[in-house]
Amino acid sequence: MKTGSFHRPLQGNPIRRLSLIESKLHLDPYMFTAITIVSFMGLVILYSAGKHSPSIVTRQILSLLFAYFVMLVVAQFPISSLKRWTPWIFLTGTALLICVLLFGRISNGAQRWIDLKLFRFQPSEIMKIAVPMMVSWFFSRIKLPPGFLSVITSIIIIIIPTILIAKQPDLGTSLLIASSGFFVIYFAGISWLYILAGALLSLPAGYIMWNFIMHDYQKRRVLTLIDPHLDPHNAGYHINQSEIAIGSGGIFGKGWLNGTQSQLDFLPERSTDFIFSAFSEEFGFVGIVLLLIFYYFIIVRGLYIATQAQDTYSRLLAGSIALTFFVYIFVNIGMVSGLLPVVGLPLPLISRGGTSIVTIMATFGILMSIHTHRRLYSS
Amino acid sequence: MAKKTEKVTVAATYTWRRILVVVFFFCLVVGLSARAVQLQIISRDFLKGQGDVRHIRTVEVPANRGMITDRDGNPFAISTPVYSVWVDPVVLLENSEFIAPLAKALNIAALSLRKKLDQKSDKRFLYLQRKVRPEISQAIKNLDVPGVGLEREYKRFYPDGEVIGQITGFTGVDSRGQEGLELVFDEWLTGKPGKKKVLKDLYGRSVENVENIKSPQSGNDLVLTIDRRIQFLAYRELKKAVVKHKARAGTAVVIDCKRGEILAMVNQPSFNPNNRSGFKTAGIRNRAIADRFEPGSTVKPITIAAALDLEIINPHTVFETSPGYMMVGSKTLKDTRNYGKIDVTTILQKSSNIGTAKIALSMEPDYFLSVMSKAGFGQESGLSLPGETSGYLGNKSRWSDIERVTMAFGYGVSASVLQLAQAYTAFANEGVMQPVSLVKENEKRQGKKVFTKKTAKQVLEMMEKVVAKGGTAPLAAITNYRVAGKTGTSKKSIAGGYADDRYAALFAGIVPASDPRFVMVVVIDEPSAGEFYGGKVAAPVFSSVMTGVLRLLNVPPDDWHNKNNREIGSGRKIESDREIESSTKVEGNREV
Repeated sequence: MKTGSFHRPLQGNPIRRLSLIESKLHLDPYMFTAITIVSFMGLVILYSAGKHSPSIVTRQILSLLFAYFVMLVVAQFPISSLKRWTPWIFLTGTALLICVLLFGRISNGAQRWIDLKLFRFQPSEIMKIAVPMMVSWFFSRIKLPPGFLSVITSIIIIIIPTILIAKQPDLGTSLLIASSGFFVIYFAGISWLYILAGALLSLPAGYIMWNFIMHDYQKRRVLTLIDPHLDPHNAGYHINQSEIAIGSGGIFGKGWLNGTQSQLDFLPERSTDFIFSAFSEEFGFVGIVLLLIFYYFIIVRGLYIATQAQDTYSRLLAGSIALTFFVYIFVNIGMVSGLLPVVGLPLPLISRGGTSIVTIMATFGILMSIHTHRRLYSS
Repeated sequence: MAKKTEKVTVAATYTWRRILVVVFFFCLVVGLSARAVQLQIISRDFLKGQGDVRHIRTVEVPANRGMITDRDGNPFAISTPVYSVWVDPVVLLENSEFIAPLAKALNIAALSLRKKLDQKSDKRFLYLQRKVRPEISQAIKNLDVPGVGLEREYKRFYPDGEVIGQITGFTGVDSRGQEGLELVFDEWLTGKPGKKKVLKDLYGRSVENVENIKSPQSGNDLVLTIDRRIQFLAYRELKKAVVKHKARAGTAVVIDCKRGEILAMVNQPSFNPNNRSGFKTAGIRNRAIADRFEPGSTVKPITIAAALDLEIINPHTVFETSPGYMMVGSKTLKDTRNYGKIDVTTILQKSSNIGTAKIALSMEPDYFLSVMSKAGFGQESGLSLPGETSGYLGNKSRWSDIERVTMAFGYGVSASVLQLAQAYTAFANEGVMQPVSLVKENEKRQGKKVFTKKTAKQVLEMMEKVVAKGGTAPLAAITNYRVAGKTGTSKKSIAGGYADDRYAALFAGIVPASDPRFVMVVVIDEPSAGEFYGGKVAAPVFSSVMTGVLRLLNVPPDDWHNKNNREIGSGRKIESDREIESSTKVEGNREV
């Protein structure tokens, strides 16, 4: 190991034997349980928000089963093979992103899909995994803490897919992918000076974004965040209805299937991006706290796995995955509660829609692989 | 050593980083929780209020309109709850895949519905169909189309249709009376709408009742004096006669002469208030009260009664009517033939114009006019139905002889059928005219003395001769009952005089003559199938209707042993029960 000196000494209890689930299925039982509980809560609220349609719930269950399967498969690969494939995954993903911009399918005004007739998929989903993998891979090959050139190189690795995705336009995903890359840089031990410089640079960068990159509708979303009553019929409408839904839930909520805002169609996109509002309306503050506890458990477990990781690549990747999952949740909840602009990110594991669930479960598969294969290194 | 220091530093840096990340994200978690507390606990009431503003609406609950019934409570007009279909074009156009199934459910072309929606695409409310049939409203409920809703309303339904259409009148689409009793008693029939809170979804559909604020108050029922069975019977017989004699129109009124209550009031042509599409104004008009006509010879009993009251004649006073015509001023009066010397009874029995003219000329015109006025001519009957006429009674300071004479046999004066029937109650009630009523009242109205008791009795006896052999109306006779009556055959007045070939055939009758219960007046307007005399055209209608009425109302027959009566009845066949039963089959169009 080239950067052996920088490796953290082994932690945890090496004598503790892996359970059967860990050694044979390569699954982490704690994380697995938390994921399953959250997914189940998702199905419960999805039935309510999806107009009580059994077909929506059935499709979501099928997506979840497929996602579990993907997680299981990913967890079987030792992290060393994932590391080996990293550059290829990244390059393929970037090539697909370019393809999307050239021949992608337009849906809902954005060009995000590749239509393979049999099924269609979003290459940006691959990049959610590929970008942190690639940056981790890059840092695992150099001496840490990274120098100036290394930081610049890693930023370029991040920036290219970010811009490609922002072009589609899919601002939410591109910011998510950028942050997942920056988490890796941060964990790699980047100097505080660079962080300070980056923070200062973000001001002119923001200026450029606002004036040259962002679309009008995106700017309007930011403006309505500042004053949702600016345009109550269009851009502010979603947020107003959503805040009413959350707020009117109160402490204990209105009860399952009893949310007026969601059941009476006032809450827009209530089975996808705004499902948290429907959840809050029907289960109240108590429900939110319960849901957040399970989310935080998953994140904390992810960070714990990162601390237990035995090589740089694993450690950086696991940390990034855990924090990106957090960002996912934070951005979605912040958006529906009126703290952040509307960027169109689903609530992980709960929002309706197969693609994002499969991607997230794949990242959990990576975390589980990191955790359950570590014995093999140490022994 | 240096290496180790570096390692420690780096490890420490790493730990710091981890702690920093955890702290930073902990702050974000706190931020989210704070936001949740802010929304769900602090602003909860405000936001809940905002939510209620969006989905709770106070809506009006329509009240049931009162029934119109006959004297026994049989419905003439009832309200049934139905639904009206409305649409929010904006929402429906956004969900255009629903347009085709919606059009199918409403039984209209999808294309025309689409066009209608496009034309009103800026509107948020539009009635698609008012008061639809239950199966349509159910189909629409099942479709659950966004932007389409059902509103509960009441549909007015007239079970007897054309039989009573002109009396009930009808309501408009907004359930307000537009004609007939529906219009006159609109306030009385209309209830007070209630209020309730409902939950509405984004598309304005009512989803759930939250709370009743005020229950709707049903309108009052209106009970008429009409007897549904008699109304049917009169309608059937009148229609039969109008068809048989190819008449332009016809009217009949049956009055309970003791109380002045109208038991039947029928007209031809008529209309069905359930069917709004085929309305003709001719059918809507209630001719019995709205049309005035010259009563012709049916006025003669009043003329004779006026003279009897003055005691200038008695029933046996003889008048010379030879040679069958008479010059009054420059005009010539004629009888149908030369009757020679006849008494007053015969003048009435044969309906002699010359005899009547001579009686009239023996009275002061002002006196005769005041009698006519007391008998209700030129006065409103007080039913206060829309379009009611008060008739015409001339009021001049100077009368020419011909005017005095013609008025005595019913020309130059006009009245409605109802007015004439009302006037005849004076003969039935020992000289007291009973004001007519259409709406059931507890108190009997105060009658009005028109003739002396003696006069009324004498005229009634004379009028029995009209129906007897040798009179003008033997066809009005009824087996086992004594009938008093008078025929009339008046030329229709046209511009510049009277038509020679257009008549109104009249019969006014009272039964039973021994103890009068009913007055009926029948007018057949312009019969054109050959017959045109009141005694031939109108009298049989009287007979067939009253035969049924007497039986229906259990009126005991007049004295069996009266030989005279038996002779009158001998020429008539006895009506079978079957015929009366079949009368109930004349029913309105029972379209729902």
